[in-house]
Amino acid sequence: MRARVAASEGIWGWRAVNAASVLVYLFLFAPIMVTMLLSFNASQFGGFPMTGFSFRWFGVLLQNDIVLAAVRRSLILGALTSVICTVLGILAAMALVRYEFLGKEWVNTLLVAPVLIPETVLAVGLLLFIRWLHAPRTFLVLLLGHVMLSLPYVVLVVQARLIGIKRVYEEAALSLGANRLQSFREITLPLLMPAVLAGILLAFTISFDNVTATLFWRPPGVETLPTQIYAMLRNSISPEINALGTFMIVITVGLPLIGGGLARYLARSQR
Amino acid sequence: MAAAALSAAERRRPWLLLSPTLATLTMLMIAPMVIMFVYSFYTYLGGGRDLPKLTSANWIDFFSDPYYHHFIWQTARISAVTMVLCALMGYPAAYSIAMTRFRHKWLLLLLLIVPFWISFIIRTLSWIHILGEQGAINATLRWLGLITDPLPMLYNEGSVILGMIHFLLPYMILNVYVSLEGIDRNLLSAARTLGCTPWQAFREVTLPLSLPGLGAGSLLCFVLAAGSYVTPAILGNPRDYFFGNLIYDAAMTELNWPMGATLSIVLFVLLGAIAAIYSRYMGLSRIYKGLSR
Repeated sequence: MRARVAASEGIWGWRAVNAASVLVYLFLFAPIMVTMLLSFNASQFGGFPMTGFSFRWFGVLLQNDIVLAAVRRSLILGALTSVICTVLGILAAMALVRYEFLGKEWVNTLLVAPVLIPETVLAVGLLLFIRWLHAPRTFLVLLLGHVMLSLPYVVLVVQARLIGIKRVYEEAALSLGANRLQSFREITLPLLMPAVLAGILLAFTISFDNVTATLFWRPPGVETLPTQIYAMLRNSISPEINALGTFMIVITVGLPLIGGGLARYLARSQR
Repeated sequence: MAAAALSAAERRRPWLLLSPTLATLTMLMIAPMVIMFVYSFYTYLGGGRDLPKLTSANWIDFFSDPYYHHFIWQTARISAVTMVLCALMGYPAAYSIAMTRFRHKWLLLLLLIVPFWISFIIRTLSWIHILGEQGAINATLRWLGLITDPLPMLYNEGSVILGMIHFLLPYMILNVYVSLEGIDRNLLSAARTLGCTPWQAFREVTLPLSLPGLGAGSLLCFVLAAGSYVTPAILGNPRDYFFGNLIYDAAMTELNWPMGATLSIVLFVLLGAIAAIYSRYMGLSRIYKGLSR
């Protein structure tokens, strides 16, 4: 009897937990779904009610030169950030995983520090440094800033994968007469490819998405896509913003999904 | 001799590999933090101009003006509320993902990572579509004929907290999930065999063993919430501003760089102290683990 009470208590508890979990997922995705839905609204206002289904606002968006310039700038910025971060990240991860040296703990902490320091503080710091040097606030500052913000994540991702690649493969290549560069290029890098792709995508997404620090770092008069949206929000929420949101979601969710699938495929075909 | 030379080169190699990264971080993070500290003692002349003449005026200003203290308390209070709500909402979700027999568990985990890929600013402004005058809730209530004038639900402390929870919840769930996933299931079976009810088994075994994950998630949520300024700027009233908004106003609007530097140092020290106390007792390695997923 007591056992049955306990079991039913367990089942009801479990049902409650699952219901809560469904609600949490709903909480996470409902606002985003609503925004995507509203981007197909025919009405000239950004909110409800829906007056009809239309692709009109995507067309309007394609003719907005300011937005297109911001899109182009964000794509370039994200691409450059991801290339620089990936190169630096691979080198740093090689050092941290393949070598033992004094001060490794310190280096590890330093590498992850940009994640734990508030972006506002990092942003003001870099700007003050630029000001102190009497250097102008250019696109380069923005790019370097994004590199700083994305680098820790790339290092962590590459490091995690590199730990899983056994040293014996590299040592075999070395003992067969390859030099270090050859062994890295022929053995380590191909095995590391899934992590490299993941790192590239991660760095791109972080840069493409960043708004907090970018509001500080952007050169005068230059807007990236997120800061452009932030500026457009000042007036009111327009259907164009909704369309832009849907466009960005398709890019930033679609790219990693394709990339992740590709990485999984690569990893499988290597085995 | 040759072996010694090789080992010297060998010893230099990791530093060689690390040098571009270390140079980048030194130039972009360490040097700026040092300069920022020095700058907080500069003299502000007004109109965006300052002099490298050392003064403690900014610090005296900060410590004596209740305006700043008010916003520190407000930031701490709202961040703490956000953190607690994240824990209350995140724990059951993490528990159900960790314990489910659902075959496509990876899909549930993927869905937790997808929000990280969706533009932060879009996620934040999407709450305007839920809570705003033309938002989903008001539109529904009006359609049902329950109200004629829209309810004011946006631009207050509640909407700021909702926006914060919305972007912090995945961090919490992932951290709790990782520690729940690490629990040996035999411990639970043992507890049940020894006569525990499911609730007792949860309270005596699962909950204590998952506390490290809950702690790491809470720290992340608190620190990330307390450092933010875009969420209060979009979803809040200036009354609901965070300390980060004061920094933005001082540095970018008033161009009072010495004060901007002072306030940044304050935020850095306060949040750094919290992270340091935490790592003293729990270690930070768990947080790296949570971040690398």
